[in-house]
Amino acid sequence: MSISAQDVSVRLGEREVVHGVSLTLKSGQVTGLLGPNGAGKSTLMRALGGQLAHSGSIMLDGEPVAQMQDVARARRIAWLPQSRELSWPLSVENLVALGRLPWHGWRRTRSPADRELCRNAMQLMEVDALAHRPADQLSGGELARVLMARAVAQDTPILLADEPAAGLDPAHQISMMAAMRQLAGRSRTILVSLHDLSLAARWCDRLVLMKNGRVAADGAPGAVMTKAVLARVYGINAEMGHDECGMWLAPLGLTQGDEAR
Amino acid sequence: MNRRLLIASLAIAALVLMLVSMLTGPAGLGPVQSIRALVAGGDEAAMLIMREIRLPRALLAALVGFSLGVSGAALQGFLRNPLAEPGIIGVSASAALGAVLMFYTGIAGASLLALPAGALAGAAVCVFALIAIASARASTITLILAGVALSSLAAALTSLVLNLSPNPFAAYEIIFWLLGSLKDRTMDHVWLALPLMALGWAALWSSCRALDALSLGEEGAAGLGVNLARARLFIIGGVALSVGAATAVTGAIGFIGLIVPHLIRPLTDRLPGNLLLPSGLGGAALLTAADIVARSAIVERELNVGVVTALIGAPFFLWLVVRSRREVF
Repeated sequence: MSISAQDVSVRLGEREVVHGVSLTLKSGQVTGLLGPNGAGKSTLMRALGGQLAHSGSIMLDGEPVAQMQDVARARRIAWLPQSRELSWPLSVENLVALGRLPWHGWRRTRSPADRELCRNAMQLMEVDALAHRPADQLSGGELARVLMARAVAQDTPILLADEPAAGLDPAHQISMMAAMRQLAGRSRTILVSLHDLSLAARWCDRLVLMKNGRVAADGAPGAVMTKAVLARVYGINAEMGHDECGMWLAPLGLTQGDEAR
Repeated sequence: MNRRLLIASLAIAALVLMLVSMLTGPAGLGPVQSIRALVAGGDEAAMLIMREIRLPRALLAALVGFSLGVSGAALQGFLRNPLAEPGIIGVSASAALGAVLMFYTGIAGASLLALPAGALAGAAVCVFALIAIASARASTITLILAGVALSSLAAALTSLVLNLSPNPFAAYEIIFWLLGSLKDRTMDHVWLALPLMALGWAALWSSCRALDALSLGEEGAAGLGVNLARARLFIIGGVALSVGAATAVTGAIGFIGLIVPHLIRPLTDRLPGNLLLPSGLGGAALLTAADIVARSAIVERELNVGVVTALIGAPFFLWLVVRSRREVF
């Protein structure tokens, strides 16, 4: 299943935050969405998930996302918001099971298949040992993985994850990205916003860099992650190189002069 | 605690308390005599007391308690705030204002049902105002602030009516009604309130999925395919129907809708949708118990049940505040 945006613009209040973005995400790929704070990454992601009014068109296999029924959309697009809001100290197990809600009738009974999907999602995110812990007793990184497991349990062909790796230790950042690769391998379409350049370059098939609400660069990591692009998008000087696992990047300092930023 | 066991225990507690409630009263009927009069008839005076006085009273206590418990649980889940209670959306205050206007204009004396009808009209005005605000795509916080504003306005207008009341006796009558009571209610009150309450319960019940999803916040719930505008409408409408109908027949009874969800929540898995039924049953049991206390605490002088619930509720509320916030919900 592919999701395709054509000339999408989004206004939040008076301000246009995303200007004329066109983008097609393909199944089986992990696409990284990068860019400085306020570049419009989260807003674009919310629009792609059918959560924001927009101009232009967003199509899911030819069907406009904006016109889909809420439940039908939630069965095809899982969206992991950036805010890690949790109102009640649910157990990890119950929290992950919320991902099955779009598939339930009003009685909300969980089938054995639901339980299996939740168990797999928890194993994938390495939180199965926490199943019975109240979610308010988790560390920030553990909660991030549990919420990601919730999105995975939704079992949708498309997964939009807004900064899922923020606040994770390096080992769990890597295993989170490995999990996404694994999901993409099962012909899912994945869009993930990230701030860690090396993580993005090593684990994503494709990178989309945004700046000021527009796509500034789009392509394979090797093609996009150049000194010139990073200077233009982030205003940083970065060193980069290759090792046996792929590309690495190290931001070393700010470029001088206002025109670079 | 196992959910079925919890629901069964609460239901049994509510039924036992209803039975005790029906055996309580100044008439001095023995338990066997009471039950025989209720079920089989026989002695006419005893039958009248049981069927016309005690039965409606016990039924109303349970129904109103259930409504307050369910509404409190639904609103706390919806607002994701453990301090929410049914009165917060202004329905009880508006219903009270409607009833007070019936006293003031003297229509209350014309028919037994004039008071509840006035209260329902007051609640309806409030809810239409809220729904108009909600349908303008307002956020939940706007809706609540609007509810608080409507509540304050209704309270101010109620004070104005008291201020303007023609004689001290009228004012006394109004104040007494505002305290909330289950005294001297008939089966007519039950039949008036029950259909509206049931409709309200159904609206809240249909929102269980939305309430569960809202555990993840509004963004999380929207991502799970919850139509927030529809959920708002059903939850506000459901609370308005059940609490409006409850206030119409008993006056304003506070604290049940605030306390009961807190008492029951730690015994559940904390999914808001799974709290509704246990909380309703808990509310039914608690209000029935409070009504028994109201009748038997002081010899030959009946307290208003609203006074009893507030007397239990306020210290409990204080205890909630003092106790670690984390443990509470």
